[in-house]
Amino acid sequence: MSKVAAAPVLRLTGITKRFGPLVANDRVDLSLGRGEVLALLGENGAGKSTLMSILFGHYTADEGTVEVADGAGSLKELRHGSPAAALEAGVGMVHQHFTLADNLSVLDNITLGTEGLWRAFQGRAAARRRLKTLMDDSGLAVPLERPVGTLSVGEQQRTEILKALYRGVRILVLDEPTAVLTPQEVNQLFDTLRRLTQQGLSIIFISHKLDEVTAISDRVAILRAGKLVGERETKAVDRGELAELMVGRPVELHGRDPQPRGVEVARLAKVSVPGPRGGMDLKSADLALFEREIVGIAGVSGNGQGALAALLSGLAQPSGGSFSLFGNTVTRFDAGAFVAGGVGRIPEDRHRDGTVGDMTVWENAILETYRDGANQRAGWMRIGAARDHAKGLIDAFDVRCPGPDAPIRLLSGGNMQKLIIGRVLENRPRLIVANQPTRGLDIGAVAFVQDRLLEAKRAGAAILLISEDLDELFQIADRLAVIHSGHLSEARPAEDLTKRQVGLMMAGEGQGAHAA
Amino acid sequence: MGEVIDILLAVSFWVAAVRIATPLIFGTLGELICERAGVLNLGIEGIFTVGAMSGWMAVYQGMGLWGGVLVAVGVGMGFGLIHAGFTVGLGVSQHVTGIGITLLASSAAYFTYRTVLPDVTSPPRIEPFEPIAIPLLSDIPLIGPALFHQTALTYLAFVSVIVTAWVLYRTPLGLAVRAVGENPAAAEAQGISVVAVRTGAVAVGSGFMALGGAFLTMSAFNAFFFEMVGGRGWICIALVVFASWQPAKALLGAFLFGAFDAFQVRLQQSIGAAIPYQVFLMLPYLLSILALILVSRRAAYPRALMVPYRKGER
Repeated sequence: MSKVAAAPVLRLTGITKRFGPLVANDRVDLSLGRGEVLALLGENGAGKSTLMSILFGHYTADEGTVEVADGAGSLKELRHGSPAAALEAGVGMVHQHFTLADNLSVLDNITLGTEGLWRAFQGRAAARRRLKTLMDDSGLAVPLERPVGTLSVGEQQRTEILKALYRGVRILVLDEPTAVLTPQEVNQLFDTLRRLTQQGLSIIFISHKLDEVTAISDRVAILRAGKLVGERETKAVDRGELAELMVGRPVELHGRDPQPRGVEVARLAKVSVPGPRGGMDLKSADLALFEREIVGIAGVSGNGQGALAALLSGLAQPSGGSFSLFGNTVTRFDAGAFVAGGVGRIPEDRHRDGTVGDMTVWENAILETYRDGANQRAGWMRIGAARDHAKGLIDAFDVRCPGPDAPIRLLSGGNMQKLIIGRVLENRPRLIVANQPTRGLDIGAVAFVQDRLLEAKRAGAAILLISEDLDELFQIADRLAVIHSGHLSEARPAEDLTKRQVGLMMAGEGQGAHAA
Repeated sequence: MGEVIDILLAVSFWVAAVRIATPLIFGTLGELICERAGVLNLGIEGIFTVGAMSGWMAVYQGMGLWGGVLVAVGVGMGFGLIHAGFTVGLGVSQHVTGIGITLLASSAAYFTYRTVLPDVTSPPRIEPFEPIAIPLLSDIPLIGPALFHQTALTYLAFVSVIVTAWVLYRTPLGLAVRAVGENPAAAEAQGISVVAVRTGAVAVGSGFMALGGAFLTMSAFNAFFFEMVGGRGWICIALVVFASWQPAKALLGAFLFGAFDAFQVRLQQSIGAAIPYQVFLMLPYLLSILALILVSRRAAYPRALMVPYRKGER
């Protein structure tokens, strides 16, 4: 028996939203029961965010109604297009990108906007008392006086949840809440959510990760291309079915596929890389990369991955230790020379570092090779050849775009990433530095990217795969190391490690995380 | 060395230091309020000028000293609203708009002056604010006359520091101002109107700047001259950084600068022609640059300073 029938607290009926010719939501019906966790599953662009933005009043639906239960439990229609009305009706949201002010204390962040602006005093003492009770009841502990910027990502997320609870929300929407957490923090979050639902809170949990959806939710609603394509009781569903509903076709993720390891391609010995504000981003790291092997680097982002990737692609200069590449000690750190020498770089932020948004697809396709004879002659660009080359890439890597002359910013994240991967792989690099290559991509694009990396490995490349996604690392990496506050652990065969061990090391707790 | 001690022990030195500091206190507070809300206000130099002119002109036209103060503040807030309209409402560049406001406001001040008084060769003087001695407190040696035998506007400056600090750190309004300067999206998500708070802060801050200008004509020089502001606005911009965006430190910074300035004038007189006088004129600026370098390295500036906020954008 579904909990919805017992006591619905939210009902969306026939929600339709169009952006020009695109139908983002197509007659979506959804309801949420009291104390229920409903997972909203779907790929990027499936319409999850649009639907939640309508619930919050950021967008106005073209058709359909949103009804929220009032304190007495009877459903009342929510005024369209008003975030204030949603807040007042008891709907709270924790966005994937937190909306917190770093230099303000936790307390100030939580009480912001909850008091009349013209009061002569801030009711800090009363707020502190109420928050103490809330923290005790929910199990969410956060140091109230600390500036938010000094907190860990997990603590910041707890602050966001407390912020919603402080406003007395009865419905909490969590947008991809686990994307930034270590496995231990995920478990902690799930414990909290279970506790909150027992106290009567209803939760909508937006995700594209199947294992989390099955772990936390009571019910799953699957969106695809704007339509609600299925609703399932979590107990009675298997992941394969969910994946197929989400993508619309069977998806196969390929595993590790071990190969006999080739010659050494790169070696770091006690290499440190200084950070922008003094201190070391990478501390005395040891690492060796070999042909036909994928080495995975696990870690919560911001722990030195950027420095490691920058070092291996010639963008950062070490302050100590020795670094050899293709058998030679590196003395000249020049990204162009690295690319020419056979290093392929898949940057972490495809918008900021991977592409130039306002330039066309073909221009982006030759960003790293524009000086080659194929693309220029005596300083003049060979535009025809470059465009043909881009067309080839578009076909070979299934980049869906209007054509080589479209500005690349019009492409979806997945298609942009396919172009970047194509650009890297066609040079047949001997070393590929892939920093978060599948982050934010939907499952179909993830499988595509992983398959290309596995292919490149079989063809003889050494691959460094930096990822926050443990499932991905355990799926395709041959060896695994963990990075935590600049310390890189020894890379060990993935089959000798468990996710729990790696998770502890990501949090800086496991043995070996600080081993020099 | 003897000269230095003589200068430091003279009552007139301390009185002058506080007098020089007063317009800087107003200006620094004003800039601080704008920047706390995330808006750099480079219109400060012009708003000083227009505040100086309009306050003095109002008194000259017979509106009384406090009438003049109100006019100056009102005019300053008006120019602040123009600045806010462009930088907050339209989200255009704060640097360019600010410099535009400085040019516009000073030109408007000179234009009005010349239009109203086309024939005068030297500007007419007004009856300025008189120093008020606060009983008992003004009898304390050195500090007494310096802090407690000043004009009403100087006392107003002291009170403004306390009120500003209280509002910023102890009231929901102040929290809203700091929040829109740190992360406007967070404030908006909590139901606060970023546009309203930023616009209000820029208007109030500009009112303070105009008060700084009004002090010059109504409490210090008793008349309006061209170029009389002479970079005081720019000094305030530096003092805000020196103060790490905190009102109490702004007061300290303004006092320090006032003291250096008063000190160099006296040093010129006692040391005389041995060193070119320009060296002495440079002194306070050199010292403030030095202080700035030392202090601002650790300053926690408002995160959203100079970042225009447009609703619904990431």
